[in-house]
Amino acid sequence: MNSDIDKLQQIASQVRRDIVRMVHGCQSGHPGGSLGCADFFVALYFHIMKHKTEFNMNGTNEDLFFLSNGHISPVWYSVLARSGYFEVSELATFRKLNSRLQGHPTTHEHLPGIRIASGSLGQGMSVAIGAALSKKLNGDDSLVFSLHGDGELQEGQIWEAALYAPYNKVDNLISTIDVNGQQIDGSTENVLSLGNLRAKWEAFNWDVLEMNGNDMNDVVRVLELARSKTGKGKPIMILMQTMMGNGVDFMMHSHKWHGAAPNDEQLASALSQLEETLGDY
Amino acid sequence: MKKYTYTEKKDTRSGFGAGLLEAGKKNKQVVALCADLVGSLKMDAFIKEFPERFFQIGIAEANMMGIAAGMTIGGKIPFTGTFANFSTGRVYDQIRQSIAYSNKNVKICASHAGLTLGEDGATHQILEDIGLMKMLPGMTVINPCDYNQTKAATIAIAEYEGPVYLRFGRPVVPVFTDADQKFEIGKAWMVNEGTDVTIFATGHLVWKAIEAGEKLAELGINAEIINIHTIKPLDEKAVLASVAKTGCIVTAEEHNRLGGLGDSIAQVLARNNPAPQEYVAVNDSFGESGTPDQLMKKYGLETEDIINAVQKVIKRK
Repeated sequence: MNSDIDKLQQIASQVRRDIVRMVHGCQSGHPGGSLGCADFFVALYFHIMKHKTEFNMNGTNEDLFFLSNGHISPVWYSVLARSGYFEVSELATFRKLNSRLQGHPTTHEHLPGIRIASGSLGQGMSVAIGAALSKKLNGDDSLVFSLHGDGELQEGQIWEAALYAPYNKVDNLISTIDVNGQQIDGSTENVLSLGNLRAKWEAFNWDVLEMNGNDMNDVVRVLELARSKTGKGKPIMILMQTMMGNGVDFMMHSHKWHGAAPNDEQLASALSQLEETLGDY
Repeated sequence: MKKYTYTEKKDTRSGFGAGLLEAGKKNKQVVALCADLVGSLKMDAFIKEFPERFFQIGIAEANMMGIAAGMTIGGKIPFTGTFANFSTGRVYDQIRQSIAYSNKNVKICASHAGLTLGEDGATHQILEDIGLMKMLPGMTVINPCDYNQTKAATIAIAEYEGPVYLRFGRPVVPVFTDADQKFEIGKAWMVNEGTDVTIFATGHLVWKAIEAGEKLAELGINAEIINIHTIKPLDEKAVLASVAKTGCIVTAEEHNRLGGLGDSIAQVLARNNPAPQEYVAVNDSFGESGTPDQLMKKYGLETEDIINAVQKVIKRK
């Protein structure tokens, strides 16, 4: 198990390098949330989900993932490439003209691994519920995962979905919220406080778990626990505490790197903190 | 001139309900979702036959559109049902991102479109929905004219791969098209051939165009009448062939003058063969409470209005 965790941590280090290099390469994008969620994505794609890299839109008999807060596309693209959905060299095209790696994820350019466009916030939980219902109708017992930002919870559609899933026993769904406490205009506490998230989701009748999203041991433990809780009548909600910018010291403890790109000097500083484990693209 | 008659009046939404049941029987991938308007959308028969394939979403249209988009992943063919206003304006961004841009095989089925919703008033009478939906790349927009055509269209869109907006209405209107018609998406229907003017009509205005055509014949005007049930993709060939013959047109629709069928046709003419055009449509305003007949009269969507528009446009030739 420890060697598994070591391996996942090594992949996460490379994914973090990819993220800062991609964002630097086009001088735009969202490094903060991407870095914070790197461990979660790596655990999901390299350890937890049963998935096939030969991409099929319907995803029958495989676990599916939906990214609702689409602006953290760099981490997803890196993990998709590193797990074999497409060549890692394509990461260099991020946010550039004629790229399949659009600023926000899309099915429009047919990038393997992406099943819905996201970016306009608040829509992904509904989509994940739909995919989960489809699996139930098809007698397909694989799972659906989704990720949401905490700031994103300010969108009303999330709460429509939050109400629907438990009432309709969508118990093949594991949603995670990236609780990093930051959004574009400042802390969630200052912009529009989310209050007691655990109490809210429990009140909506979700099975709520908490995890430290920047501790690979805890991420793997809680995701496995979540999987064991599926099929019991309730959707699972994981409140994942992360540090925006995790892994790069000057990007942490601030909302300023939500959507800003590093310059050459900052890139060098960031890369010096992140071991190149799998080879840069 | 072909004579059209009818023996009964029925609502187009009931055509949708009958078509949905039929589509559900033909293909087990068809599922239906509703936002607390099952009775209004006439979904009861489908629900009775296929309870496990029906999803009551509650009054949460945004969630409904997202769930529908998600259900296509796994091969389902979701039909969403609510009023036209809540099917479009309320959920435009959800449709734009999760359905149109994502190219999902969702059928957005919208009842109570336009003024003929009646007494509920302007909050519910959307007159902008055709415009909203046709601007979305890849979206097919269909507005059938009677019960039979709505039923046939509902069956046809289940067999078509891609997002569709299907618009229909609340009141009973004459049933004058064939019960066993084959609905061809994107193909205009020649109702009556003529030489002096073309009336392009959609939805509830098609029957009024037929009535207008009969009265115009008595005045010595030979009107060609074409039912544009598919506003997008528009049958440009049929439009241009008719205008080449008649030289002037009237468009008739239960929609805002801006952004509807009239504008779609005007664009085709402007690019290919400019010709005089008059609009029978709501003149850039909201509706109000009243009976459907009162409203159609007040807002200028009656048979008489089509006749007046024809006489006006012919003078501009």
